[in-house]
Amino acid sequence: MLFYSFFKTQVGQQVTVELKNDLAIQGVLESVDQFLNIKLRDIHVVDPERYPHMLSIKNCFIRGSVVRYVQLSPSTVDTALLQDAARREAQSTQQMNQAKPNVAQA
Amino acid sequence: MSFAPQFFTTAESLVDSLDKKILVLLRDGRKILGVLRSYDQFANLVLQDSLERIYVRDAYGDIERGVFIIRGENVVLLGEIDCDVEDALPLRQLPIQDILEMQREEAEEKARKDKLRFQLLHKQGFSVDFADSDLY
Repeated sequence: MLFYSFFKTQVGQQVTVELKNDLAIQGVLESVDQFLNIKLRDIHVVDPERYPHMLSIKNCFIRGSVVRYVQLSPSTVDTALLQDAARREAQSTQQMNQAKPNVAQA
Repeated sequence: MSFAPQFFTTAESLVDSLDKKILVLLRDGRKILGVLRSYDQFANLVLQDSLERIYVRDAYGDIERGVFIIRGENVVLLGEIDCDVEDALPLRQLPIQDILEMQREEAEEKARKDKLRFQLLHKQGFSVDFADSDLY
């Protein structure tokens, strides 16, 4: 759930989402859900000539499973905080597994 | 974090698009336009009055598809169509027979170029086995 929480902190920021079919879409991150499905508003496609069907679209929903990269502005990301959160999540997972060894093996 | 049954937020994100004209891009590259009538947490979709729109360069053609039920895994993107922008686009609509003909010609041209490219790559010792594989 770490990345879900992380992307929630990015809501309202300008991002570029690159899909696995090489389509890259820039827009304002409107919402994200637990599958990392992404909703963007006021989008424009990075290479519009190749994708004429995208011209009439202003807002879009992108299925999480087709996303390759999300490009963010470095100024909006606190990497130290993110590292710390990753450690804490790993630690709590470990503790949960120790408390329930049977579940961990299964 | 536990997942309560009511904990799915795809619902929240697609509810605004209900009963609106949308464009769905599928994994095989097809574009379906229609009115979104229903969906679920996997992004399975039901479209009404749907059209498949085929684009070739600056032209397009439509095939009527009626009610379209799409399995979520095939969805790439769902876009809300801005009707004002759509009417002002520099694209021309052609009869579907013409578009299919243009699409066929374009596909043949691409196949011819790819064959040439792969032959060259193969001579240089590159593997071209994955040339036709699904990107996803």
